Formats: sequence, C-alpha cells, structure tokens
Amino acid sequence: MLEPISINIASLNLPALLPMAILVIGALALLVADLVVKGLNRSFFTMITVLFIILDLGAVIGYNGPVRGFFDVLLVDGIAIIAQVIILVASAFFVPLSLSHRHFREFEMAEFYALFMFMIVGFQCMVVSDNLILIFIGLETASLSLYTLIAMHNRMKAFEAAIKYFTMGALAAGFYTLSALIFYAMTGSVEIYEIERVLVERQFEPLLGVLAATVFMLGALGFKLSLVPSHTWTPDVYEGSSAPLAGYMSVVPKIAGFVVAMRLFEMLVLSGVTWVEDILYALVVLTMTLANITALVQEDVKRMLAFSSISHAGSMMAAIMIGTTQANTALFLYWTLFMFTNLGAFTMLWIVRHRKNLWDERYQHPFSKFSGMIKIMPMTATIMGVFMFALAGMPPFSVFWGKLYLLSAAINSEYIFLALIIVLNSAIAVYYYMKLVVYMFLKEPTTDDATLFTTNASTPLKVIIGFAAMVTIFSILFVEPLLNVITKYVSSSGF
Amino acid sequence: MEHILSLLVFFPAMAALLGFMVNKESIRAYAIGVSAIEFFLSIILWIGFDASNAGYQFVEYFALIPSYGMSYYLGVDGISLFLVILTTFTTMIALIALNIEKDIKNLILSVLFLEMAMVGVFVILDIIWFYAFWELSLVPMLYIIGAWGSTRRVYAAIKFFLYTFAGSILMLVGILYMAHLYYQATGVWSFALPDWYMMQIPFTTQLWLFGAFFLAFAVKVPMFPFHTWLPYAHGQAPTIGSIILAAVLLKMGSYGFVRFSLPLFPDASVYFLMPVAIVAIIMVIYAAMVAYAQEDMKQVIAYSSISHMGIVVLGTFAMNAEGITGSIFLMLSHGIVSGALFMLVGMIYDRRHTKLMKDFGGLASVMPGFATIYGIMLMASVGLPLTIGFVGEFLSLAGFYRISWVMTMLAGTGIILGAVYMLVLYKRSFFGAVVHEENKTLKDLNAKELTALIPLVALVVILGIYPKPVLSTIDMSVQKMLVLMEQKAVEQSTKDLIINANTVGGTK
Repeated sequence: MLEPISINIASLNLPALLPMAILVIGALALLVADLVVKGLNRSFFTMITVLFIILDLGAVIGYNGPVRGFFDVLLVDGIAIIAQVIILVASAFFVPLSLSHRHFREFEMAEFYALFMFMIVGFQCMVVSDNLILIFIGLETASLSLYTLIAMHNRMKAFEAAIKYFTMGALAAGFYTLSALIFYAMTGSVEIYEIERVLVERQFEPLLGVLAATVFMLGALGFKLSLVPSHTWTPDVYEGSSAPLAGYMSVVPKIAGFVVAMRLFEMLVLSGVTWVEDILYALVVLTMTLANITALVQEDVKRMLAFSSISHAGSMMAAIMIGTTQANTALFLYWTLFMFTNLGAFTMLWIVRHRKNLWDERYQHPFSKFSGMIKIMPMTATIMGVFMFALAGMPPFSVFWGKLYLLSAAINSEYIFLALIIVLNSAIAVYYYMKLVVYMFLKEPTTDDATLFTTNASTPLKVIIGFAAMVTIFSILFVEPLLNVITKYVSSSGF
Repeated sequence: MEHILSLLVFFPAMAALLGFMVNKESIRAYAIGVSAIEFFLSIILWIGFDASNAGYQFVEYFALIPSYGMSYYLGVDGISLFLVILTTFTTMIALIALNIEKDIKNLILSVLFLEMAMVGVFVILDIIWFYAFWELSLVPMLYIIGAWGSTRRVYAAIKFFLYTFAGSILMLVGILYMAHLYYQATGVWSFALPDWYMMQIPFTTQLWLFGAFFLAFAVKVPMFPFHTWLPYAHGQAPTIGSIILAAVLLKMGSYGFVRFSLPLFPDASVYFLMPVAIVAIIMVIYAAMVAYAQEDMKQVIAYSSISHMGIVVLGTFAMNAEGITGSIFLMLSHGIVSGALFMLVGMIYDRRHTKLMKDFGGLASVMPGFATIYGIMLMASVGLPLTIGFVGEFLSLAGFYRISWVMTMLAGTGIILGAVYMLVLYKRSFFGAVVHEENKTLKDLNAKELTALIPLVALVVILGIYPKPVLSTIDMSVQKMLVLMEQKAVEQSTKDLIINANTVGGTK
C-alpha cells in the first residue's frame, strides 16, 4: 500500500504562487466573459487585462513570505521581484497599444488578451524559479503563446514570422532539454543551486559534460536573447509582427532570459573554468559588433531597431559575464530605461503605420518614409529623434545612464578592453540611429500629406508616447531611486 | 546672484521650449531678445565676479545621484568666465546678423538649445554633466549644418557629428576610469572636478588617461590629423553655423585641455609636451599653407582657424602663466575675429552667391564700409599690434619661448604665412579694378549688418589696446592652476619643468 503523502499546507507557501495565479484566473475569466457576453469591445479586454496586470504587480511587490515555496520549486528572491516588475510594467504599457485608431482583427478577439496573460505567466515562471523544469515550462508556455500572438496579426509576413519563430524556438527548446538532461545526468538534480553544489564538489568534472551542457544552454538561451549566431530570426520576426508586439519582444522575453542566464552562467563563470568566460566573452563581442554592423545597412527602420536590440542584448550579456553586483544592477537599470525608450520608438512606428506600403514595395517602414518629417510633423519628428539619440546612448537621455553604469561596472572589474569594445560599438551604433534623424531632419519631404502618417494615431497611443518621451528625457531624475531599489534587491539575492 | 549660473545655462533652453509657441513672423525678434537677455546675464556675472578670488565662484551644488557620486555642480572662474561671455555675445551677434528665411523657427530654436549646451560646457564642474553637454552640443549643430547648409551639407553634417562623437567616446571610458581610481583612493564615488583635482595619479595611468581625454579634445580643436571635418563643416554650414562653430565650439576643445588635461594629468602633459607641440606647429604651418592655396574665401578663414588653434594649443602647453593666459585670450580673440570674418563672408555671399575670390576684385571702391571692417578684422586675424589678435598670439608664443625657442620661431612663421594668405585674399577681393559687371552695383553694409559688426570692431580695438582687465582675471586662475599642477605632479622632472617655465618673467 502506498504511503499517504502528508504535506503541511503552510510549508507549500502558496502566496508565492499568487502572482501567477492571478493572471491565469484573469485569462480564464476573460475567456468565459467572452463566451457569455457577445460583442465585447477591445477597450474592455484591454482595460481588464491591464487591471489584472496591476493586481499581479501588487501581489509581486507586496509579497513578503519566505524565498522558497511550492516544494522548493519557486525562488522569489530580489532579482525575481525586479524582473517581474519590469515584465509587468512593460506589459501594462504594451496592452493599451491595441487601442490604435484603426482596428486590427487580433485586438478584437478575447483570445489575444487571454494568450497574452498566459504568456506573462510563462515569463514570470521563468524568473521565479531556479528549477530547470519549471523554467522550461515557463519558457514553453510563454513561447507558444507568443507564436500564436504573432500569427494573429494575420498578414502574410506575420505567418512567416510565426512559423520561423516557432521552428527556431522548437530547436532551442530541444537544446534546452538536452542541456537540462546533461546537467541532471551529471549531478542528479535539476535545481541550479544543487547543480552548482555538486559541480563545485567535483571541481566541474567531467569537464566535457559541463561544456556540452553549457553550449546547449547557450544555444537555447541565446535564441531567446537573440545572441549571435542564433539571432537570425529577430529581424524577420520583428518585421512580420505588429510594431507593438515587436517592441514587446525586444524587451520582455529578454529580461526573463537574462534572469535565467544570470542564475546559470554566473555560477559557471564564477566556477573559474576559464573557457566558460571565454565563450561568453566571444559571444558578447560578436553579438554587439555583428549586430551593429548589420544594422548599418538596413533599409527599414523596424529591421534596424531589431538589430539594435540584438546589440543592446549583447551588452547585457556583458553585464552577466562581469557578474558583480554593480554589473547586475547595471543590467536591470539599463533594461528598465531601455524599456521605456524602446517602447516609445516602436509605438512611434505603430502610429505612423499605414495600411499600404506607400514608400517601398518590400518594407513597411523604409527610411525614406520618414524623409523630411520635421517639416510635416515637427513634434513627432522631434520625439522620434530623442528616442533615437537615447538609444544611441547620448547623454542625458535614458539609455546613457544604463550604459554609463555598465561601463563603470566593467572598468571597476578591470574589464577595460570590454569597456572599450562597448564604447566603440556605441560609436558605430550612433551612425544608424542618426541615419533616421538625418532622414527626418535634413532631407526634403516626399509628401506634404500629414494624414498619411496619422491614420493609426489615437489618444491612448499619444499618451503612451508622451509618457515614454518624458521618462526618456528626464531619466536623470529616476536614476537615483532606481539605483537604490535595484541595488538593494540584487545584493539581497546574492548576485 | 545665487543661481545665476543655472539661469545662464537653462534660460536659453527654456526660451527655446517656449519658442515653440512663438509665431514664425516674430521669432527673429524673440531670438534676439532672448540672446540679449542672456548676454546681459553674463555681463551681470562679470560684474558680480570677484576678480581677486582665483577659485570657483557662484558655486551651485546639488547631489543628483549621491550613491554614484554624480551631482549638479556649477562654478565659474577666471578661465571660464570670458568664454561664457564670448558664447553669449557671439550667439547674440550671430542672431542679429541672421538673414535666413527658410524654416527660421527651427533654426532659431536649435541655436538657443545649442547656446544652453555651450554655456553648460564652460560652467559645469561635474564631469558626467560636462560630457552630457559636450555631446548635446553636437545635435543642434548637426541640424544647423545639415538643414541650412549648401549642397553637400548632409555629408558635412554627418562627418562633423561622427568625428566628434567617436572622438569623445573614449573620453567616457577615461572619465569612468578616473572615477574608479577616485573610488579606490577614497572609498566614495565622485565626479566633481575639484575632487578630482585633489587626486594624484600614478605616472603610467596618467599617460593612458591623458590619451583618452586628448583624443576628444584634439578632434574638437581640431588638431592635425583630425582636422579634416572642419573645412567641410565650414564650407557647407550656413553663416550662423560657421560663426558659432568657429567662435565657440572649437574653443570647447582647447578649454578641455586647460580645464582637464593639464591639471588632472600634469606629468602626462609634460611628458607629451613635445609631441603635442610638434603637432601644434604642423597645424600652424600646414594649415596656413593650405589656406594660401584656397580659392574660396570661407575655406581660407576655415584653415586660418586651424592655424590659430595651433597657437592656442602651443600656448596651453607652454606650462606657464603667460602661455596659458595668452592661449585663453587667444581663444577669445579668435572667437571674435573669426566670427566676424565668417559673418563678413556670409554678407558678401548673400549679395553675390559666391565665395570665390576670382569673382570679386575692386570691392573696396564699391563697398567702402564693408572693405574697412573686413580690413580691420583681417589685421586682427593676422595679429597686428594694437588689435585683439596680437595680445593672445604674442603671449602664447612668449610663453612657449621658455620651453623651446626653435619651435617658437617655427610657430612664428605661421604668423608670417598668415599675413601672406590674408593679404592676398584682401588684395584679390578688394583692390584693383572692378572686373565683374555684377560687382559694380553691390550695396554697402546696411543698418542691420552694421549693428552686428560694430560691437565686434569696437571689441577688437578696445581689447587690443587695453586687455588688462580680462588678462588679469584669467591670469589669477591660471596661476592657481599651475600651483596645483606643480603640487600634485608625481615626477620630480615635471615639477622642475613647471617651475623652470615659470621663473623668468613670470610669477611663481
């Protein structure tokens, strides 16, 4: 006869599950509501989703239970909390982008919002765990939802993007399971801290096994974080997705990936097995440099922004490689500030979206579309210019402070050469960001018809743009409080 | 007077923001009004400035990111005071002389934002903010050159931007490394310049850091061989862009040498003295020769700027009070003179739509007023005694004489060459018979142009005859800086050189 399993319900620490549970309930409730009441408007779905996200945010911030929970699978430490806050805030700003002036079919469907919430749950699971299996479940939940969300845009390019993302993602998932399998085979555990303990005990023998597991894991996470060489999907997928979703993909899935990478690779880098650091170093340099050089020759703004986000992700991997508290703080600071600026830039593309490709047969947003914009829409052009210079790391705009702190972290840990590579990349990057500025400010307009650029503009979108612009311009005022909060959380969780 | 520096920095920016609401027809009057108020503020600053205090005055301090040592820290001393006044003055004069009609509102708002960045560079004492203002000054200039320039404007604008941006990016690493050193030495983060002044840095580290900062400043000055962006930028820029570029933006580089390179890295500055001086002399002679070969008036003045900036750099690296004071005075005089010359070229270009010397000739008989003012400015540029150009050039060279008389002689030939190309320019454009039919009907300067030019002429003469009030104020702060350099130098040879350079004919 089987032994009855008796577990004290208190030891499960169910409140740790609460944030994810809220969104799951929200998503299910939304589906039910859609079944019961016909003809619900997208504004209803949007606001309900935002409300659930806010509830979730409250649950995340308000959580003060033990770090471990639910059979020790959950790990609610400092970085998990910051990462969740970033994920939720970015999501809360993303959803209202559905309220554009023109109607898109996907935003009329309740399924879109339900899937969106499931996706957030997936990302949250990735960051609040150090159990490779739960991370995998989170990763797959989020990815499968995301594939569908992309395809729901219902354009030729969107299907292509979704299929491309799906096939590449399936490969990455395979890599992930292989890596987890090898770790399990070597250490008998799927928990990162346990793996670390066993490996340290055995001094990282067998080295070949660790190498294989690391390489597979890099392949898997490298796909999510769009690191070279598994970055090739990024521009195509961004191009195929709607602009807000592309902007979302460049921020949220990556922060979830960074947290997993942080938990896993910093353990490996600190192990002193030098080749782990060498591989990461090469990866960081290649990702930043190749992406920047490829971005130089792009003819479409969205693709340019895709490559630029790859390059930004590269410098974040540099922070993970450096691995000090300051570097990890820099990562979150950078990403928080980058989130607003990038959100602004992609929202801008969303606003100027036109039903037809009037400027170029191949691309939605060729540079020539923005030609002479300062004369047609001075305000829009100025704000877009600010976003571009901010992304390029011009002081005193948002991303500069993150970059500054990251460089400082690199220099303080004696990675002078790495710091030099990062700044040289900034010098390359400024060229392609400036290309858009040059088109907007220095070229003659191709059309005088401002309405061509505003067919998708609506009040919610303008509010979001205004907010993003304010944060970008006055970011200096938020750096100190952000730095304090992030440093507190990061150092309290031992990174 | 408590917050006058903040006011000086942010008044133009505020005015620019509010300027979005001002109607296009009134924007010129608005701009002149704003820049006049700004100039007036800077004069108040001078009046309130205590000429017997060598340290920073009107200091404002507010800890912005205390956990990372970043602050909002303003202060002005004798070195920066007159550069601030030069900035506000030039901006005002350039706006008065402005006669562009196309998209004038955008142009004026950019100029006002630019003024904020320029004043900010000169009065800020927090290095991160310095870097921020330094970079921010590029953006409006990019727009000014790129949107209102001549045919190849976009290329020139991008070249200007990329050169200066790429040059200064290494400075950022240098800044962060300095902060790192400061943190290691004291256990606190600080980006405040006066804090950094207190720090002694090991010799080899100084060499690297000097290099990182040097590149940024050298591109801006511009020093040979990083000077190639300048003739392009000047050639394509509209008049107002050229005036501000020559009068103020170039001075940011040479100001950087005085403010950062010398006092922060005294040993490295002395170590690199000869290489820098050689490059400076190449600038002086080579640019003068290139200037001689130009057909385009504006290019002549652009290359003469490079030549004069060579003497500025030479004076700065003389490591003594005469040389450095002279080089700062030369920055001021070059700002006034080259600004005026670019303005004059702009005026003739507006009339004839050409800047080539061969299209002129005999202008003196058609436009006597224009020819007179042009002549005065030309003489000041050459460095004729009793004009403003002479004082700075003489002091810089006299200062460097203590270091090496041979090199001073070589640099002196630059002045002779300067006289050659400038006088040739004058001869070909203004003397002789009026060859071209179009030139016979040219109108002399009108009231608006005279309003802009006469103050410049007055300054050229007054400061040429009696520069003392300006010089003594600069000199005091320079001497304080030299004492600091001597004290914090780690190598004995550096101390010897500084003392030696300052003993004869100077005060130590």
